[in-house]
Amino acid sequence: MDIAISAEGLRKRYGDNEVLKGVGLSVEAGTVYGVLGPNGAGKTTMVRMLATLLQPDAGSARVAGYDVVTQAHEVRQRIGLTGQYAALDGELTGRENLVLLGTLMHLGRKQARIRAEELLERFGLTDAADRPVQTYSGGMRRRLDLGASLIASPPVVFLDEPTTGLDLVSRTALWDMVREQVAAGVTILLTTQYLEEADQLAHRIAVIDQGKLAAEGTPDELKSAVGGERLEITVRTPEMARAALAPLSSVGSAAPVIDDTGLRVSAALETGFAGVSKAAAELQLSSVEVLDFVVRRPSMDEVFLELTGHRGLSRPDGSNAPDEAAHDVGELEVTQR
Amino acid sequence: MSSTYSYLLSDSAALVGRHMTHLRRTPQKIIAVTLMPIMFVVVFGYLFGSSMQVPQGDYHEYIMAGIFAQMMLSSVINTGVGVAEDLNNGLVERFRSLPMAQISVLIGRTLSDLVLNAISCVAMLPVGFLIGWRLHAGPFEVLAGFLLLLLLGYAMAWLGVLIGLALRHPQAVNSVAMVIVMPLAFLSATFYPLNNLPGWLRTVAEWNPVTTVVTAMRELWGNPTGMGDDPAFPLRYPVSCSLILIAVLLVVVVPLTNRAYRRATAQ
Repeated sequence: MDIAISAEGLRKRYGDNEVLKGVGLSVEAGTVYGVLGPNGAGKTTMVRMLATLLQPDAGSARVAGYDVVTQAHEVRQRIGLTGQYAALDGELTGRENLVLLGTLMHLGRKQARIRAEELLERFGLTDAADRPVQTYSGGMRRRLDLGASLIASPPVVFLDEPTTGLDLVSRTALWDMVREQVAAGVTILLTTQYLEEADQLAHRIAVIDQGKLAAEGTPDELKSAVGGERLEITVRTPEMARAALAPLSSVGSAAPVIDDTGLRVSAALETGFAGVSKAAAELQLSSVEVLDFVVRRPSMDEVFLELTGHRGLSRPDGSNAPDEAAHDVGELEVTQR
Repeated sequence: MSSTYSYLLSDSAALVGRHMTHLRRTPQKIIAVTLMPIMFVVVFGYLFGSSMQVPQGDYHEYIMAGIFAQMMLSSVINTGVGVAEDLNNGLVERFRSLPMAQISVLIGRTLSDLVLNAISCVAMLPVGFLIGWRLHAGPFEVLAGFLLLLLLGYAMAWLGVLIGLALRHPQAVNSVAMVIVMPLAFLSATFYPLNNLPGWLRTVAEWNPVTTVVTAMRELWGNPTGMGDDPAFPLRYPVSCSLILIAVLLVVVVPLTNRAYRRATAQ
């Protein structure tokens, strides 16, 4: 097993505020590693350390085989970095941005041009290549920004919240590009606030909260750690949701919970099919009108809630929360009608 | 480290290229830096000029060295704001993650501003000639005067980078740079001869380094210096003192700027 990124005991303090309190991780080459956590958890601080931009107060890290503090130059030759804000020159065209960065990566002028052309093509920016970047849409900028971090074909790429603020179409397009890179053997470390993003892309996930590692594992492992399957029902009104608490309590020992929307009730399923049928029977006897009745594995949202004890994840907007699977969104629309 | 510095020239050249593209794409930047000096020429040359008395000379010949120097001083603002903008859009952060000679970011910026300064000086020449400014010296001295001027501009560019890195916000850079530049320009012999200032104020103005540099330019160009019989020490040897002053400024500011660059990006 080839380790592309490894870190041990990374710490960083700003005044009284300890942003990172000893975080370690290990990323296998050719995989996507998701770092998940709310704003201020220390994700960006960690990425900036791994990308040689920030020196840790304590701890050490190696990227692509080199120490990020003592061999920063070697590390910089082997990484690409896409930060939270598209780091591009707005007055230059897309092509000029890529050629400039390629030149600064010492590809040579000719090679930089060839590579820029390839990336513009691959990221669907050929038509916009000769327009100043300040005329680009948010999604186009992120695509160019990602392209810019790939200009020298680095074996390790850091993506710091690459899809924050992007619409669904741009986000999906970016995900495809990430998958394409991984298929080509690139190692990607990605931070995100979106559970679904980590779930979709990452082979392994580290959940960090308040500067500490809260959990680490594959998405499946994390979900299993939190508990098995859940029974979830959707109802028409918040009153009905409360009325459904009692019927659902028969499926397991933990009390059923009503989610943010006030219309969905879920409970951990411990008693198997018998519990499901008992709950269904009791619901039918009650006055609760059930719109949807599903058995499913826990969502990453529940994983996060369970692991950190708080719902710290922001969402791009209320109706389109990325941590909800598509069918749930569909039901919400039904409920609102 | 040697591998980093072997690319110093090509990295700097690439970054100068970046700024030159900006200039090609927005030639208004040249207008932005020449419009103010043209205003100054009109205001000082014509409005104030009628009541300005320069000992042994004509005010229209006196003022141009001051206008040129003021342009160099103002370039602090331009440079500082540009640097702060780069910091805020994350571009400097990206440069930091590249295996390039980091100081070439600063060299690229200051050299580009030198080019912009040179262009704006050339643009000001006809304006000077129009109001009656003439050069009364050999080509060597004239050229030396302009080189001294651009050297001042280059040192000011480094100062601008330092202010931009230290303050990080374009608005703040603008105000602070103004506060630094205005007294340097106005409490000096840039726009008026010092003979009518009260004693202590005159001493301050005579020791203002900007006075030394403009006096050196006037001397090299054969323009009236407006100095009395007993000026302060630097004004008796203005050219050598100017060179020393600018060298000292660069020796102090360049390492400070380099450190500020590391700090600004490593937070």
